[in-house]
Amino acid sequence: MADLTSLTLKAALDGLNSKSFSAEELARAYVSAIETANPHLNAYVLETPDKAIAMARASDARRARGEAGPLEGASLGIKDLFCTDGVQSTAGSNILKGFKPPYESTVTANLWRDGAVMLGKLNMDEFAMGSSNETSAFGPVSNPWKASGSNQALTPGGSSGGSAAAVAADLCLAATASDTGGSIRQPAAFTGTVGIKPTYGRCSRYGIIAFASSLDQAGPIGKTVEDAALMLSSMAGHDPKDSTSLDVETPDFSAFVGRSVKGLRIGVPDEYRLDGMPAEIAALWDQGVEWLKAAGCEIKRVSLPHTKYALPAYYIIAPAEASSNLSRYDGMRYGLRVEGGTLQDTYERTRAEGFGAEVKRRVLIGAYVLSAGYYDAYYLKAQRVRRRIAEDFDTAFAEVDALLTPTAPSAAFALGDRVSDPVAMYLNDVFTVTTNLAGLPGLSLPAGLDARGLPLGLQLIGRALDEGTLFSLAGVMEQAAAFRAKPQKWW
Amino acid sequence: MAIDADTVRKAARLSRIRVEEAALAPLAQELSGIIAWIEQLNEVDTDGVEPMTSCVAVKLPMREDVVTDGNKRDAILANAPRTDRGFFVVPKVVE
Repeated sequence: MADLTSLTLKAALDGLNSKSFSAEELARAYVSAIETANPHLNAYVLETPDKAIAMARASDARRARGEAGPLEGASLGIKDLFCTDGVQSTAGSNILKGFKPPYESTVTANLWRDGAVMLGKLNMDEFAMGSSNETSAFGPVSNPWKASGSNQALTPGGSSGGSAAAVAADLCLAATASDTGGSIRQPAAFTGTVGIKPTYGRCSRYGIIAFASSLDQAGPIGKTVEDAALMLSSMAGHDPKDSTSLDVETPDFSAFVGRSVKGLRIGVPDEYRLDGMPAEIAALWDQGVEWLKAAGCEIKRVSLPHTKYALPAYYIIAPAEASSNLSRYDGMRYGLRVEGGTLQDTYERTRAEGFGAEVKRRVLIGAYVLSAGYYDAYYLKAQRVRRRIAEDFDTAFAEVDALLTPTAPSAAFALGDRVSDPVAMYLNDVFTVTTNLAGLPGLSLPAGLDARGLPLGLQLIGRALDEGTLFSLAGVMEQAAAFRAKPQKWW
Repeated sequence: MAIDADTVRKAARLSRIRVEEAALAPLAQELSGIIAWIEQLNEVDTDGVEPMTSCVAVKLPMREDVVTDGNKRDAILANAPRTDRGFFVVPKVVE
């Protein structure tokens, strides 16, 4: 049964349905794979083997009673940003070490409702602030991929680095992730996996530790387009506990995979062709265009003129919202407390010790841009630019049905490479952050390898609530790309 | 606009984050670099553009003002750094 972990989610569900193996056998295979790999990859910050076996047994019992749900018996990894009842949830931060929420996030509750099994909690950048998983209080995740002929440790991307690495290294069938500026799609691109950030409001934010509430959105990372669709169908849905949750039907997204895309109009935005973009990424993008043309799509050049202003606007809006959201970590009701001489001193010492350097940097920027005298010049300005960016998409979507872009401006880079230059690190999200600002769905799929043998991703961007079209397009591209490469096992 | 050590001290105070004196100047330089990069936003003409606070165009939903949860004192206190007889214990607030 050693190869159970190499199955896709879809194949595992088929195997469970046909009783080729049990949920318990599947979970045990993953528990043992994680035990071997995790000391090397650091993808899981908490392994929950006993819980996994207990949930798997309960799943087998439900199946025996004829009560199998859509994800019955599927072994999943959960990003540590999602609160899980009675199981440590830290958002990768020292300030929440030991925190065991007395409630369950809606997204994970939906997965358990549908029969899934939890293997453990996945590493991430602290409070999801980062693009390389290096801001985690638990240390960075190593990308299962290495450049050919090199032994250098690479980043899996971030902030959902643990989720992406665990899926790529077969340490779970699929994983939950979250995306505030690209945190699902960039790690998916860096690890040869599929990730989708759905429309803002598709997935409930209840029980997801908040970073920037107007941008945060949960989504899955999976091995295939179909796996991502199966996960999203389960994770999404209206939730009265999140006032920005959309009261709309959740379609069966997997039904869109395999549909014809003939006649769809695909936009290729001029502004995403950056100066200095690696030739391999530009070539892969052109290749993606050819695949869609061959499938009967009509390709159009479009313009999104405010693209270059998306990241600077994001680095006002996200820190501003973060400085407000993170004010709750005061050392009084939960989390770390460092006693000081006075109440004020206790707050300041608690937060100085509990937060890492990048989180402090962003909270300080947030407090600065929201402070008296600067609010109009920075915060309101950024919100006005945000509307310009959203309007760019409205204009483009009057002419096309979806957009095709690269996911990230490079392949995975070495751990330690960019930590000293915040702005260089922020530029990782240059192609992904625009959809967070506009609330639109974006999907990244692996499209090829670069000359060093590292995966590269392409991104599809859709209209609000039109994830279905993205899954159809991604299905076609997945077929054409025939991406079968797996990282060489070194762990 | 360049951020100086005093501005960082003020932002740190607002953020309730202790920053050692020696760390103020390097932090000011770092944040100035980020703010300088952000200031390219001034190139965008935003006259008459409404600030966008949310990408959800729906009205916030209302609900009945009734208790939907409760009676879980111990669960709420379970993660507290210090408790005593069913209360949070916090530093003295009023002298």
